[in-house]
Amino acid sequence: MNFKMLSVVSAVALAMPTLGAAGPDDDTLIINEEIEVVTKAEPAEHLDGALYEVISGWHFRNDDTQAIEMDDFDNPGMLGVENAMATWNTAEGSAGKSCADCHGDAAESMKGVKATYPKYDEKAGTVMTVQMKVNECRTERMGAEAWKYDAGPAIDMEAMIGSQSRGMQMNVAIDGPAKPFWEKGKEIYYTRYGQLELSCASCHEQNYGNMIRADHLSQGQTNGFPTYRLKNAKLNGAHSRFKGCIRDTRAETFSPGSDEFIALELYVASRGNGLGVETPSVRN
Amino acid sequence: MASGVKPRVKAPKTASAGEVVTIKTLISHKMESGQRRDSDGNLIPRSIINRFTCDFNGTNALDVEMHGAISTNPYFEFDVTIPESGDLQFTWYDDDGSVYEDVKSVKV
Amino acid sequence: MGFSRRDTLALGAGAIALTALPLRVGAAGEDAIAAFTGGADVSEGGITLDAPEIAENGNTVPVGVSADGASAVMLLALGNPNPDVAVFNFGELAGSQTASTRIRLAGTQDVVAIAKMADGSFASATKNVKVTIGGCGG
Ligand code: HEC
Ligand code: HEC
Repeated sequence: MNFKMLSVVSAVALAMPTLGAAGPDDDTLIINEEIEVVTKAEPAEHLDGALYEVISGWHFRNDDTQAIEMDDFDNPGMLGVENAMATWNTAEGSAGKSCADCHGDAAESMKGVKATYPKYDEKAGTVMTVQMKVNECRTERMGAEAWKYDAGPAIDMEAMIGSQSRGMQMNVAIDGPAKPFWEKGKEIYYTRYGQLELSCASCHEQNYGNMIRADHLSQGQTNGFPTYRLKNAKLNGAHSRFKGCIRDTRAETFSPGSDEFIALELYVASRGNGLGVETPSVRN
Repeated sequence: MASGVKPRVKAPKTASAGEVVTIKTLISHKMESGQRRDSDGNLIPRSIINRFTCDFNGTNALDVEMHGAISTNPYFEFDVTIPESGDLQFTWYDDDGSVYEDVKSVKV
Repeated sequence: MGFSRRDTLALGAGAIALTALPLRVGAAGEDAIAAFTGGADVSEGGITLDAPEIAENGNTVPVGVSADGASAVMLLALGNPNPDVAVFNFGELAGSQTASTRIRLAGTQDVVAIAKMADGSFASATKNVKVTIGGCGG
């Protein structure tokens, strides 16, 4: 038995409730009593047995936090979505165009976008995130300035676009031209960083279900991003979350929008293929 | 500070006479508590919404005195008796003197 | 917030490390209560206070109060630098003497609700809320 298999076995054992560690709960996520969201799924083939089940971070939060996500009115992340909806309809830049002028109703044109992003872009010859795509429209089609990565307006727009895919299952492509980017993301995921020599996998693959300090470790999935966090009471981007996680291991980190984080976002998203989109999710 | 503050109210559009309905309100606001320090160690001055009221056709249902311990984006859920057709009036009072209002009509 | 080696060694132990602060109604809390009650006696019961036993984050803690027949309910967080949270005054058209909101708690502490009843008496309920120290800083 090789080391990897061994650690998988121990992670499974530790996640068993009988050992005192609180595993994911069995609640069902239905938003607005209407949108059913798949929060537990069969692992994608590429995971090669590393996870026996793919589980949304929603299951690792307590009932109060879970409830806030289940109703759009209670979910303060929807304030960001509403802001972006107003931006969507407002002309900006030298071309005097709004997003709506070209894309019409976001509920139609942006449906399914989040489920397939990050995505390889032929023209750009690279993998692009939703925020990069939005900035491409702003700079090349609207004559407007690019938004700063993961900053307020960019995150609100990403959340608005993401919310149009709620309930649809994540399905990012990892083959063909996306493959080298995905490989790079995977390498980062398993690299041990910092003084503590921890990789993403040390926490989110080998120890999900366990407590670190008083925090219930999830699988670190991105199906709910951007996420409204109770901690800072605002919408947070996936790259900002990655940054915080790496910083916690006392390592030098990459920046939001960097090539490393784009590749990592693709890889992490692919680990959650099959999970329903929750954007904007609510976490602690 | 008063920029970008937007009230949201969830209330039923219809009710029967005398019915008790549940109202939810959420308003986007930082609620700077006056307890936090900036990176130079100076206290950030308090800037909060300090009062919220809900009236129906001019009669009060709820009047809340609010302090810095109310979370960012203040949220309230409460019950109102609807005696007749009319307007629910919601008012939030900011430290800086701004007043934010919303009105929802209810038909009996 | 970073992790120490000890934290990471504790991974897998399933231990919840909670720091319980000793409860004291500080002078500020006493002043706030006295201002509300005018120094009258406060009895237990007649009011319910809903708050989580463990809050996932002290920045946004859901709480609810309910006191049949109350004209007002004061909510206090005794462990906060300023214990005042809110006073709910119920008007003529209040459908019930019930309200909920989300509050900030600076650490594990007692949350107190005091109802002023229509007959001028006072009733209180107290709930200890443990505030957990989060793991991931992101
Ligand atoms: C002048 C027309 C125009 C405007 C204005 C415009 N876009 Fe686009 N947008 C396009 C075109 C054309 C594409 C497809 C280009 C491509 O995929 O290479 C596109 C693609 C996108 C995509 C990727 C969709 C997908 O299915 O992959 C997103 C997201 C997007 N736009 C968001 C926005 C937002 C947000 C705004 C406003 C800030 C905006 N766009 C403004 C023309 C526009
Ligand atoms: C020392 C342990 C640790 C390491 C290492 C770590 N994280 Fe995390 N991460 C956490 C904790 C704790 C949380 C908050 C609780 C949770 O959702 O797991 C979190 C949350 C997340 C979330 C949010 C999940 C959600 O449902 O919203 C994502 C995404 C994430 N981490 C990705 C990563 C990635 C990618 C890496 C590697 C670059 C990484 N983490 C490394 C501890 C860690």
